[in-house]
Amino acid sequence: MTDSTSSVSPLDLDESKKTFLDANELILNMGPQHPATHGVLRVILRLDGEKVLGLECVIGYLHRGVEKIAEHRTYTMFNPYVDRMDYVAAVSNGLGYCEAVEKLLNVEAPPRANYIRVILTELNRLASHQLWLGTHALDIGAMTPLFYTFRDREEILKIFEKYCGARLTTHAFRIGGCQYETYEGFEKDVKKFVAFVAPKIDEYEELLTTNRIWVERTKNVGTISAKDCIAYGVTGPVLRASGVKWDIRKAQPYAAYSKFDFEVPTGQNGDTYDRYLVRMAEMRQSLRIIQQAIDGIPEGPIMAKVSKVMKPPVGEIYHSIEAPKGELGYFIVSDGSTQPYRVRVRPPSFVNLQALDLMCRGQLVADVIAVIGTLDIVLGEVDR
Amino acid sequence: MPSFITSYLDKNIHVTPGQYGSPFWALVYILVVFGGVSLAVVCMNWLERKILAHMQIRLGPMRVGPHGLLQPIADAIKLILKEDIIPEGADRFVFWIAPMIILLAVFSVYTVVPFGPTHAITDMNIGILFMLGVSSLGVLGIVMAGWASNSHYPLLGALRSSAQMVSYEVAMGLAVISAVLMTSLNAEGTGTLSMIGIVQAQYAQHVWFIFKFFPLGLIAFFIFAVAMVAETNRAPFDLPEAESELTAGFHTEYSGLRWSLFMLGEYAAMIAVSSIAITLWLGGWMRPFPNLLSGPTWDLAFSFFPALTFFGLAGMTFYSTMRMPKHSYFRVQTIGLGAFGAVFALIGLILLLPGVNGRVQDIYWFIFKIAVFMYLYIWYRGTFPRYRFDQLMKVGWKILLPMGIGVLMLTGIVALRTELWDFMHEAIRRLVHV
Repeated sequence: MTDSTSSVSPLDLDESKKTFLDANELILNMGPQHPATHGVLRVILRLDGEKVLGLECVIGYLHRGVEKIAEHRTYTMFNPYVDRMDYVAAVSNGLGYCEAVEKLLNVEAPPRANYIRVILTELNRLASHQLWLGTHALDIGAMTPLFYTFRDREEILKIFEKYCGARLTTHAFRIGGCQYETYEGFEKDVKKFVAFVAPKIDEYEELLTTNRIWVERTKNVGTISAKDCIAYGVTGPVLRASGVKWDIRKAQPYAAYSKFDFEVPTGQNGDTYDRYLVRMAEMRQSLRIIQQAIDGIPEGPIMAKVSKVMKPPVGEIYHSIEAPKGELGYFIVSDGSTQPYRVRVRPPSFVNLQALDLMCRGQLVADVIAVIGTLDIVLGEVDR
Repeated sequence: MPSFITSYLDKNIHVTPGQYGSPFWALVYILVVFGGVSLAVVCMNWLERKILAHMQIRLGPMRVGPHGLLQPIADAIKLILKEDIIPEGADRFVFWIAPMIILLAVFSVYTVVPFGPTHAITDMNIGILFMLGVSSLGVLGIVMAGWASNSHYPLLGALRSSAQMVSYEVAMGLAVISAVLMTSLNAEGTGTLSMIGIVQAQYAQHVWFIFKFFPLGLIAFFIFAVAMVAETNRAPFDLPEAESELTAGFHTEYSGLRWSLFMLGEYAAMIAVSSIAITLWLGGWMRPFPNLLSGPTWDLAFSFFPALTFFGLAGMTFYSTMRMPKHSYFRVQTIGLGAFGAVFALIGLILLLPGVNGRVQDIYWFIFKIAVFMYLYIWYRGTFPRYRFDQLMKVGWKILLPMGIGVLMLTGIVALRTELWDFMHEAIRRLVHV
């Protein structure tokens, strides 16, 4: 960390150093079994009454060694594993991995495959944001949006299921393109969904955007400046809500994103409310992209020529995409064999979670919950 | 029959058993009220889950009994059979007594709740004070529960809860005073704190206090309505048991029967504070629109309401019976649902009997108003996010309290406007003549 950022000293958990005057400080252990830590995150809070003096995240309860597994699998075999990292945005994970390996192999997916990839990835972004909205609102105490978002997310999952047979861990893409041609009526389904979900997003906004309690609970909560965001490597909607217009779909277009017209919504204050607004706007932009993609989807092959046994040339590659939660990067080192020498994943949740301490200092216990929700972490991705 | 039973049945007695001094009938009333409130809590349990579920596009309990009607019973059996866990390091005695204190405080309140002019256990001349005082004792139980659990989450929950209840009590008290002030606007100029007296004052003044000095009564009622939600720790003020923050707040460490006592206390408290609001502002046991729709015809029409309600419930049940799947697997459930409908219809028929009809009017309208409040409670829970602790305190101290003081002063000024006018007139006259 550079000196220019707000300095955050590590949490001092040593009880023996306590003096009599510190007696009212409370160490509260939140998680890993806690209803609002989105899985198995453990947060050790240091409290003065309800005020947070500092906190420390303890992660690893969901560690499965995904990166290590990759070293013992062929490139194709590892593909389904990436779905298990960010399991609410499995399609994005698969896209990032496939494109990274394609870069390494120096092949390019055909245009039709790229369009299918964009449609499914954007649908997945919508699903991920809907899940985020539901759980975030639930954390802040509004129960009802959760059920509305899950009702609409169900329609997306149905499209996934019809496309590839799986709802959550889809394994939708293959290295070099897509395995499956779109099913009969895919375009109709997607168009119907776009028309169906657009008013539903207004419905969510109706419940929350102008709700006094919601605004009070989220405005000026967990504020993070653009400078701190960059210093911590925070990406995705969190970065954009702080006013940085950085979206890899625009900055380094991949798949077919350069062909579509969409905006990158940004906020100004970098607080929880802005992040909420940014994500809501992103959902609408996703719908725009899906609409354009489904209207202009070209005919043609869906799979590039890729040999059955993949032996990428010796070398290394870093490829990143804009996952729903931020920059999802894959760093793959090839030693020329059928198995990657090393796969390193740069998960957005893990990097974004670093900023939790900074965002929560001086806030109240209830805000910690709001901030965990607004960071939109998935522990499967944090721990891998 | 012994005289201690029959003496109270005299037609000329128009007071509650407590005032009359009949311990036997007081005991009967106590048992009826206790049983009734417990039954109401059980019904509320099912209704809340069902109504909330329908607000959230889901079905709610559907498995135990037709439409989950037996779910509360199944829950009760489950809770009774559960292992009774007292955490290590807990203060056992305090841990044990905390839910009892809450229950005791809540159920004592019902001593003075007037379900009708004579349908109360007793009537005290300081009824409303007694209610506010005793119901606020419940916070003691919460603090004790939080402290005795010897755990961080309950402790934080208990601290939040005590701060919240204490601060909202002030605004609540001010709103109550402004209503009590309105009772004194009669010929004698004497107000009353008695619960029955307050309703009778509204009857005598031909106005429910919510509409008195419009909008002052309405504002006072609004203050009370907000404060009472905070007082009962319900959404959006359910910080002490904020699930997403403090897991379950002060009763995190409680399980089984003890936990169910907390729930019983919570729901009973909701009904208790609703009945205060109804008594003070909504005309207690009086039927709606007594001024607009007056006369014997309307009286007769409104007297059919209790029976009609039950017929409506029966109709709904029979309709659901017809919609049940026709598979033989559902036969028992269908018959059960039909039986529920039959019971409702039977109650409706009984309520049509002339002897019964006249006597249940007061009770019916009181319970009807309580039901409206209960629905509001559920509606809040389905709609609002949760306040943060400091915002909650801000609402209490910076919004409700000044509003309460303002309403109280304005009510006083409006109530004494003729005297004030005379006084000023006199003062100016004297000044001019000096």
